[in-house]
Amino acid sequence: MKANCWMGPNRLAVEEVPDPKVLNPRDAVVKVTSSAICGSDLHLIDGFIPAMKRGDVLGHEFMGEVVELGPGARDGLRVGDRVVVAFPIACGDCASCQRGLYSVCENSNPNAAIAETAMGHTPAGIFGYSHLLGGYAGGQAEYVRVPYADVGALKIEDGLPDEQVLFLSDVLPTGWMAAEMGGITPGDVVAIWGAGPVGQFATVSAFLLGAEQVIVIDRFPYRLGIARDRAGADTINYEETDVLDTLREMTAGRGPDVCIDAVGMEGHHPSAALHAYDRAKQAVKAETDRPHALREAILACRNGGTISAIGAYGGFIDKFPMGSFMNRSLTLRSGQAHVQRYMRPLLERIRKGEIDPSFIITHTMRLDDAPHGFDIFKNKQDDCLKVVLKP
Amino acid sequence: MGVRSVTDNLGIRRATGDRGSEGPARLLGWFSLGLGVTALAAGSRVARAFGVDDSRPARTVLRAAGVREIGHAAVLLVPRRAGLGPWTRVAGDVLDLAATGRAYRNRRGDRRRRLGLALAALGGITAIDLYVSVRATRNRRRRPGGFAHGSVTVNRTPEEAYRFWRDVENLPRFMYHLQSVRGTGPRRSRWAAKAPAGRTVEWEAEIVEERPDQLIRWRSVDGARVPNAGTVRFTPAAGGQGTEVRVELEYAVPGRRVGTLVAKAFGENPQQQICDDLRRFKQVIETGEITRSDGTPDGTSIQSQAKQRPARPLATYRIA
Repeated sequence: MKANCWMGPNRLAVEEVPDPKVLNPRDAVVKVTSSAICGSDLHLIDGFIPAMKRGDVLGHEFMGEVVELGPGARDGLRVGDRVVVAFPIACGDCASCQRGLYSVCENSNPNAAIAETAMGHTPAGIFGYSHLLGGYAGGQAEYVRVPYADVGALKIEDGLPDEQVLFLSDVLPTGWMAAEMGGITPGDVVAIWGAGPVGQFATVSAFLLGAEQVIVIDRFPYRLGIARDRAGADTINYEETDVLDTLREMTAGRGPDVCIDAVGMEGHHPSAALHAYDRAKQAVKAETDRPHALREAILACRNGGTISAIGAYGGFIDKFPMGSFMNRSLTLRSGQAHVQRYMRPLLERIRKGEIDPSFIITHTMRLDDAPHGFDIFKNKQDDCLKVVLKP
Repeated sequence: MGVRSVTDNLGIRRATGDRGSEGPARLLGWFSLGLGVTALAAGSRVARAFGVDDSRPARTVLRAAGVREIGHAAVLLVPRRAGLGPWTRVAGDVLDLAATGRAYRNRRGDRRRRLGLALAALGGITAIDLYVSVRATRNRRRRPGGFAHGSVTVNRTPEEAYRFWRDVENLPRFMYHLQSVRGTGPRRSRWAAKAPAGRTVEWEAEIVEERPDQLIRWRSVDGARVPNAGTVRFTPAAGGQGTEVRVELEYAVPGRRVGTLVAKAFGENPQQQICDDLRRFKQVIETGEITRSDGTPDGTSIQSQAKQRPARPLATYRIA
């Protein structure tokens, strides 16, 4: 089969690789009908996630049709079912899964020891996301093996098109969880750093959870335009205005009640010097992540407010404004999305027409063109916001 | 089985090497460094204090001794463990005693008295060096590592965990070094472990203590080529959040030959092995299967993590 493979930093190739097979009783093999490129894939491309190997198949947002099942399949999954697959691989049986914390499943990372060395304890395995997180082949391919399919694969029974349900695999639940972690109460003002797909869905979710105003911060006018026109947000272009001043102004000095970092480890800063400071430390591995958005979110947040960090971080950050955080009674919540927990309720909202996630798609292309898709997505060319790949 | 151990606050015995000789060895190292530097920097004053002449041969001997002392210091201070380093000091002491004894015979009066004192001091130092060296040697023979232990929390009741473990034929499902465990009686079983070149090491084991839902203790019966024993305890985790499983293994103090056999039977590193075993035990008892990915198709093991395959489907699968 064909698959999009990581061949080194900034090097991708669509290669011919063997078809996946069932390895374990609860596995399914899914014939992919649609997959997507995620912002967090860019961290892999840029070489900021350790433990990648030449030849790794990428992709953790995908859906398709079950073509093979292991002998231990549970929950009535059948060959021929149309499914969306959650990006964290979760067993459903460990204590974390049973508490609904699927992205920290205790059993799904066979390489737990490496992750424990880096992080203290291991999170769940993830499709196509380094050997630190399991060494699983991803879904930017024609077929993919799905472990614990009874937990990770959600059956889509009505005729909703792929474009409507594909993002249940990651970015929609991720955006939803970002808003939910903020503990939004009706009337809240929410500020969101990053107008990528997660920021867009966090905006939609914040409104659904009762936010009165959502302010989205980015530097690409076309992305801010989508946040404004499609998600109903106010916007700040941080290359044009000072974010802290503007937020203070917009909230008459209070600051937003909830601040969401939907940027993560590869943030940018309008001050070339500050950006260069963190970029240089990152290059010499003195810090691994550039936390511009997180720092700003902390300083911006109202006293006693909540920061929700949903953008991906991999390692260590510097200059965490702990003084501001501690003295102003702030709360920080974080986590990879527990997708399995949100898929069903969000599918329900899609079905009812409360959310139409397809508005983020700007490009649809063949799997063979995946390297080109990565290129325009990474470099924000051709007003690219989300690329969907069709095998 | 003759391995030194301490019992920690969880009641688990852990192997300890006797590190008692390390401290004195380091101290001797610093002592050597002091002596060496003094002998090189203030040779003539040292010579006078010891009662040897300021003659050219005496100075040469003293300088050589100074250089040698610095050598001892390097041997004792630079490596992570001083090991047999103290013996180099004993050898130096013998040389010093010979040289000083010779000088003593040829001197008279006050210088002879001072040399006598120097001889006595050297004798004392030699005794200390000898003591530290002998302890270090004994220590090396008693190789640490006769114990391995590990723990894991599983989302199962103590009853379930106990029952799974008590059926010893389940063990090879998560203990990769075992080929098979066959029950041969209510408390007896025959264990076969993989050894290189397709060979197997086999032994007979018996359960010597069992407390339902709490503890199983087993050991190899007399005559096993790799005498070993183990205990597994099951305790309810705080707040009823599953069961804490703690395993201890003890195996024969490795001599050379038996040591190799143990390595074959228990893997290169029993401590590492037990951690892998417990992770797989958790996977099997909670999910019913061993976690496998394309990069780690054989399932969790520290060794396979070091040599990952790319995360892409394999052309052929070795596993069942």
